[in-house]
Amino acid sequence: MIEDVVAWVLLVAVAAYACAGGTDYGAGFWDLVAGGAERGKRPRWLIDHAMEPVWETNNVWLIFVLVIMWTGFPVLFQTVFSAMWLPLALAAVGLVLRGAGFALRKPARRLTRRRVYGAVFAVSSLLTPFFLGAAVGGIATGRVAPGTQASGDAWSNGTSVIAGLLTVAATAFLGAVFLTADARRFDAPDLVGYFRLRAWCTLVVLAVLAIVGLAVTHDDAPYVHDGLTGGVGLVLVLIAVVSALATAWLLYRVATGWARVTAIGSVALVVVAWGLAQRPYLIPTSLTVSEAAGASTTLRWLMLVSIIAVVLVGPPLVLLYRLDTRGALQPLTEADLRQTAPGREPENP
Amino acid sequence: MAFTLASHILLVPFGVALPAITLLMHYRGLRKGDAVALLLARRWSAVMAVQFAIGIVTGTVLSFEFGLLWPGMMGRWGDVFGLGFGIEAWAFFLEAILIALYLYGWRRLKPWTHFWLGLPLPLAALMGAFGIVAANAWMNTPRGFTLDASGKPVHVNVRQAVFTPMFGPEYWHFVVGVVLTAGYVVAGVYAVGLLRGRRDRYHRLGFTLPFTVAAILTPVQFVLGDSIARSVFHEQPVKFAATELVWKTDTHVPEYLFGRLHADGSVSGGIKVPQLDSILAGFRPSTEVTGLTSVPASDRPTVIQATIAHWAFDIMVTVGSLLVLLALWYGWCRLRRRELPRSPWFLRCAALAGAACLLTVECGWITTEVGRQPWIVYQNMRVSEAVTGTRAASLWTMFGIVAVVYVLAFGSFLTVLVKMSHRWRLADEGAPAGAAAGDLEGDTPYGPRPLSTTASGDRGDE
Repeated sequence: MIEDVVAWVLLVAVAAYACAGGTDYGAGFWDLVAGGAERGKRPRWLIDHAMEPVWETNNVWLIFVLVIMWTGFPVLFQTVFSAMWLPLALAAVGLVLRGAGFALRKPARRLTRRRVYGAVFAVSSLLTPFFLGAAVGGIATGRVAPGTQASGDAWSNGTSVIAGLLTVAATAFLGAVFLTADARRFDAPDLVGYFRLRAWCTLVVLAVLAIVGLAVTHDDAPYVHDGLTGGVGLVLVLIAVVSALATAWLLYRVATGWARVTAIGSVALVVVAWGLAQRPYLIPTSLTVSEAAGASTTLRWLMLVSIIAVVLVGPPLVLLYRLDTRGALQPLTEADLRQTAPGREPENP
Repeated sequence: MAFTLASHILLVPFGVALPAITLLMHYRGLRKGDAVALLLARRWSAVMAVQFAIGIVTGTVLSFEFGLLWPGMMGRWGDVFGLGFGIEAWAFFLEAILIALYLYGWRRLKPWTHFWLGLPLPLAALMGAFGIVAANAWMNTPRGFTLDASGKPVHVNVRQAVFTPMFGPEYWHFVVGVVLTAGYVVAGVYAVGLLRGRRDRYHRLGFTLPFTVAAILTPVQFVLGDSIARSVFHEQPVKFAATELVWKTDTHVPEYLFGRLHADGSVSGGIKVPQLDSILAGFRPSTEVTGLTSVPASDRPTVIQATIAHWAFDIMVTVGSLLVLLALWYGWCRLRRRELPRSPWFLRCAALAGAACLLTVECGWITTEVGRQPWIVYQNMRVSEAVTGTRAASLWTMFGIVAVVYVLAFGSFLTVLVKMSHRWRLADEGAPAGAAAGDLEGDTPYGPRPLSTTASGDRGDE
């Protein structure tokens, strides 16, 4: 019983990371394709300002996912990291480059330097979600089982590639929707249209990828394919599709606040649908939830810690997002840091 | 892993303690309406921003590496000791939220609201440290499980697994150590400024506050360090033997300062103090100290590992002792004359203290990790059993990539910090009173703000 609850917590954390972290990666994606220094100046300005206060928080979800994995399901953790060694290692490298690039770009002054950091940030925003998605895709195919050694086959197959591309497209979609909203918030009407158009385009791409994915997974990942095309999985996927279409319509009506909700809803629903499609397995057809579960005392404690944490973390998190969407959070300007304080005249001791 | 951990641990003092020191300065600024203190707090928070971002990145990589490098350990023991990480992850989450509120709240929040929002930050950091240290203490003194016939841990008792014998000593030693380190490093930066003749209030305040905090904690840390060494003596005798180069179990054991252990148990070089080791361990020369040879060679550190742990330990103790002297010097002058010691040598030592502290942080980590060899989970799992099955070649390639990336990231990090402080100094020296001329964004934080309706003029000063 308790392991099912923890599995749900894990799935919710994955969905949260897909949405929060995904939005972030999406912003990085649009940074990458924004064009040269001059042409891309405005979108990049918006991306910087929109991401700044929340990107670290968004990133921590991943740490949380990993911790639940190894505390709750040690065998799953061991299996996934042994078999998916390379893509996960590459994703980790991407994470470092991305974080460092973003953090260092801001205080850097010279254009060349900003360019280098910016490029590092943007390229790794593309690679990290791709490899994470590819790893998930590989797991869904059933190529991985406890004891599987690292091999290229586990993650360089059709399903993995499609899953990686779908992940990137989904992040781009989330990023574009959020940036449209941010453009309104920061009073930049030109950018509202700019990002709205991009959100629509990614939706089309997503649809194409999803159709290709359906064809590919039919033979390659039959268990998950069946779960997603029938029963509860199908219902969730259909709601996700409706939700995505609603997003497109809401964007057209410039109801950007609601568009964010539906966009998040569609991505989260797909993640949950995928989780349900794998039931009762954590790794399809080789490792079930109950087989992978750690000691039940630990699981109970993990739940307790999680509940306490939700109580502690929830309110500040809500406060952060509220203050952020209201524009109450602003970075210190260079002038704030540079201004000379009174009483700074040198004294002779 | 060792490399990334070693890099990450250098950031830890600042992640945990810099917010505390900044908040102290912030409090002083608000309470006394001290513009200089507020400026310092603002600048430190700007440093904190970059530092925390890098820290979060290296931290994420670490959690990946647990899987990439130690799948065996996590697969078998994850549910026993992983909970500490669970606490840490949540604490870190909270910290990320609070830090965002604090860093980006300067301009639009009310001054005291802003301060109170920042205040839980050090507490969250301490909670995070709790989780991590609990996990490490467990690796040193694993408890809270029994092994079944196949050697798999069962009957997990989480409370025992978190509060292991080494946990208390390790935790307090760690907490005081990081605050101390952050204090000395920050003070060291201003000590350099003071040495270069910039003896204004800005530099004196920037030096005095963190240095005072660190100086008060130094003797405390000395006592804690002594107590953790004794805990190691009781709980991990072989590790203690390695750090003190004790070969045979015996009484009246001499203490070696530095020196090198050889395969036959002799020690060359170093200074030998008769009886001292036994006295330190049990307060009596007749105390019996367990030697390395008490366990088979395969269950103890090699002579090279023992020598490394020993050196790391001795460096840590030496630096600690010197810092106590420095703190006493400072305390004497403060209490007697209510001012900084006049000798330029004091400032030179103070400037060095920061770097020395970072060195001891590394040494402390080396002592605890190398001293535990060949066990990753003390007396339960060897490092070789825990390591990934991935081929060595791909591991080395990946290590190479990670090393290059880290060198670049840390290099850029330092460059950015140096550039930032350089810009500030130019501004301080060159600019006339007030902000840079014609700067539209030159309004002071907490000042009247054009866009905000909740603008408060409450700056706390007279």
